[in-house]
Amino acid sequence: AVSLPFAVGQCGNQVGCRFWDLALREHAAVNKKGIYDEALSSFFRNVDTRSGDNGSDIYKGKICSLKARALLIDMEEGVVNEILQGPLRDVFDSKQLITDVSGSGNNWAVGHKIYGCQYRENIVEKLRKTAEHCDCLQCFFIIHSMGGGTGSGLGTFVLNLLEEEFPEVHRFVTSVYPSGEDDVITSPYNSVLAMKELNEHADCVLPIENESLFEIVNKIHQMVNSGKLGSTVKQNSLVTSSAGSAKALQEKPFDAMNNIVANLLLNLTSSARFEGSLNMDLNEISMNLVPFPRLHYLVSSLTPLYTLADVNVPSRRLDQMFSDAFSRDHQLIQADPKHSLYLACALLVRGNVQVSDLRRNIERLKPSLHFVSWNQEGWKTGLCSVPPVGHSHSLLALANNTCVKPTFIELKDRFMKLYKKKAHLHHYLQIDGMEQSCFSEAISSLSDLIEEYNELDATKDGPRIEPSRLKIAV
Amino acid sequence: MSIVTVQLGQCGNQIGHEVFSALCSDLRGTHGLCSKKENESYQESCQERFFCQEESGVPAARAVLVDMEPKVISQTLSMAARSGHWKYSSHSHFCQKQGSGNNWANGYSVHGPRHKEAIMNLVQKEAEKCDRLGGFLTIMSMAGGTGSGLGAFVTQCLRDAFPTSFILNHVVWPYGTGEVIVQNYNSVLTLSHLYHSSDAILVHENDVIHKICAQLMNIKQISFRDVNQVIAHQLGSVFQPTHTAAGGSGYSRNPLGDLMEPLVPHPEFRMLGLRNIPQMPESSLPYSTFSWPGLIKHLRQILIAHAHMEEGIDWQVRPPHPGSSIPSTNKPLHFNTSIANLVILRGKDVHSVDLGSFQDPSLYTSWLNPQDAFSAWKTPRAFNKYEKSASLVSNSQFLLKPLDSIVGKAWNMFASKAYLHQYTKFGIQEEDFLDCFTTLEQVISSYTNL
Repeated sequence: AVSLPFAVGQCGNQVGCRFWDLALREHAAVNKKGIYDEALSSFFRNVDTRSGDNGSDIYKGKICSLKARALLIDMEEGVVNEILQGPLRDVFDSKQLITDVSGSGNNWAVGHKIYGCQYRENIVEKLRKTAEHCDCLQCFFIIHSMGGGTGSGLGTFVLNLLEEEFPEVHRFVTSVYPSGEDDVITSPYNSVLAMKELNEHADCVLPIENESLFEIVNKIHQMVNSGKLGSTVKQNSLVTSSAGSAKALQEKPFDAMNNIVANLLLNLTSSARFEGSLNMDLNEISMNLVPFPRLHYLVSSLTPLYTLADVNVPSRRLDQMFSDAFSRDHQLIQADPKHSLYLACALLVRGNVQVSDLRRNIERLKPSLHFVSWNQEGWKTGLCSVPPVGHSHSLLALANNTCVKPTFIELKDRFMKLYKKKAHLHHYLQIDGMEQSCFSEAISSLSDLIEEYNELDATKDGPRIEPSRLKIAV
Repeated sequence: MSIVTVQLGQCGNQIGHEVFSALCSDLRGTHGLCSKKENESYQESCQERFFCQEESGVPAARAVLVDMEPKVISQTLSMAARSGHWKYSSHSHFCQKQGSGNNWANGYSVHGPRHKEAIMNLVQKEAEKCDRLGGFLTIMSMAGGTGSGLGAFVTQCLRDAFPTSFILNHVVWPYGTGEVIVQNYNSVLTLSHLYHSSDAILVHENDVIHKICAQLMNIKQISFRDVNQVIAHQLGSVFQPTHTAAGGSGYSRNPLGDLMEPLVPHPEFRMLGLRNIPQMPESSLPYSTFSWPGLIKHLRQILIAHAHMEEGIDWQVRPPHPGSSIPSTNKPLHFNTSIANLVILRGKDVHSVDLGSFQDPSLYTSWLNPQDAFSAWKTPRAFNKYEKSASLVSNSQFLLKPLDSIVGKAWNMFASKAYLHQYTKFGIQEEDFLDCFTTLEQVISSYTNL
């Protein structure tokens, strides 16, 4: 089953680039014989390039030329051109790219209304072509940021398109939310306008905040450079590195952060690609983690962030991995799930971890977590046998938790600060198809969402009333 | 008579593989502890029941493998082939690519009708390979989407296509603390539907088997494979050839019928629990000896006291005084009332075993004569390296509490309407849920009032 990623905008494509690189490394590490297998087919086509670039797909046998199943969309050429000149150039072909030159000027309306309209047919055509090459399309991933113009505006336009063209295919969105100190002044407008689209058209959203990624990167650097106890960090195991030797000076500032997001996506899809004793497909994630259609925002955490070189993993360290997944500083947004209310939680474990390890840790951690009254045992678990490169095991936790609320509240506050003064509004309203109502509807949608989380939070410490069972006449 | 096994979903296929593996390994073992003639007769009977001889000489399991995603079936087929001693037929599996998403409605309403023809064709082919079809065994979990939803649909199709055949559903109940968040919904939907089309539901609970792995098998890091192997051993102890009272001197020629007819006298009561003793790590077997009186005593107390294994049995629990008519509401709550029981003994000196304690009328409801409520199968051929092995298949209140717990949790979630949109989009409406809850509350009420 195929997962089709769409990278939209600068951030989306930078993350996307890291993702493809890591995906190739991961499959190379597992697939020793160079045979094109089921696992590879979920992200890559196998193309016979001997007769030129328009070769047909080969479904079995040796790997000839791997092409990523993806669409790369950007209204500026810079990032996409760099990808096409870099080591991944053979993994993409021109039919997968949609670019323009002038960018969206950090304006959601330019991305959504102008470019959306202009490129609609082009996108649909390329989407259909890409889908044709997949014998079973299971889900779409959109990777973008919320604060700019292209990723935010055109990205959410694509989201709408996907729902129209392929209503049955699940839509997962990985969204990078802007921080308070974001240097794009209009990022709150762009984000809130995009949020309305995510509320209405996404099946699952994984919000990410740069601040969290930044803190994680720092934490790793500290650990690596502290030279604690003489233990060395295993090469290839740094979640932030581009594999091989991490030459920190040569890496661009966002590379390490983008790697984390790329790892998130890899881990999310690992159980769909590789075997395990308890498989967890992507459609199972949205089934189990979305109890009500609009409450589909999932807080993610990844552990471990690196492994030490000693091979022997006592179960104590394994348990530490589970504890870390619930700690504040491993979350990919600024949130603390432990002190808020869980609607549902998923644990996807990779590597040499068995069901007893899972059970032991769930029992251990459960008492310190608050679950909503109708889902007291709301755990979804998956066991995938293949660990990530450089690790013996890893854990991805996805939480549907009211701790996302502060992120949304802050976003709303920043929006209102600008909106009250009507700052920069004319840049948006002058775009064809944009009206004041777009803004009021968007903020209303966000307020409603916040209110739903408020209502849930109100039940948190209240009494548990169990509904009376059906009475049967004896 | 032959049994055709239908393995459904990840759990069904993983367990199915372990079952055939255990049957085959038991067949080939030299631990039979009986005469060569007896052993040969046993092997022949097992072969006919579960395997089909193919030209390659390697016996092929009489099984159909069904899953909505390819990875598990692919693994299962190759593991079997690698054993060198048995395999699955090359064209007896059906799989798709996208899975069922843990959605019962997806398995039942979408995959079921869509793939009915292809799946039933495979079943028909396997059935035709049998000289005499003894019935169907389905293996599935009820927590996910395929085993549960598609499994319920396929069971219905089997019932429609083979109205006079026996159908036994082996269903795995998930760990109480979530493997799947919507497992309780899927369970309620599955059990209520199976109640309408299958003859009996034979249950294994993951929590129980996990405890056996931890406390009896001494496994430190318990994997699903470990759990599945214990389940396979227990199933093997029931389904390997036996001498039944009706069978005369030969092995039973109607294994499913012989099992279900005495155990399911009334259609309202179809839930069967399974217990097997002794259980221990293979390495300990050569150093352990057991006496039949000891084993029978433990097995009986396991039955009476709702125990799961030979450790931690509550010996305080006693059946109510014989002769006094106690209204069911006054019966000690921790005493397990039975409708019918079947004890299967295998190994050394079986014929000398006294099973009178299982015929005690105070163990049973008053509807049947104790002689009819209790059956025993004794087979001198030892099973799976255990010098003596005793199994109990019981139609009693064993599953009452776990069933009640599942229905309670599902109802709690249903009252908040959580996750319902995931089911309604595939055509399972709130009214359908209500019907299922009603069916199961009825079952719970019936078992409670025994």
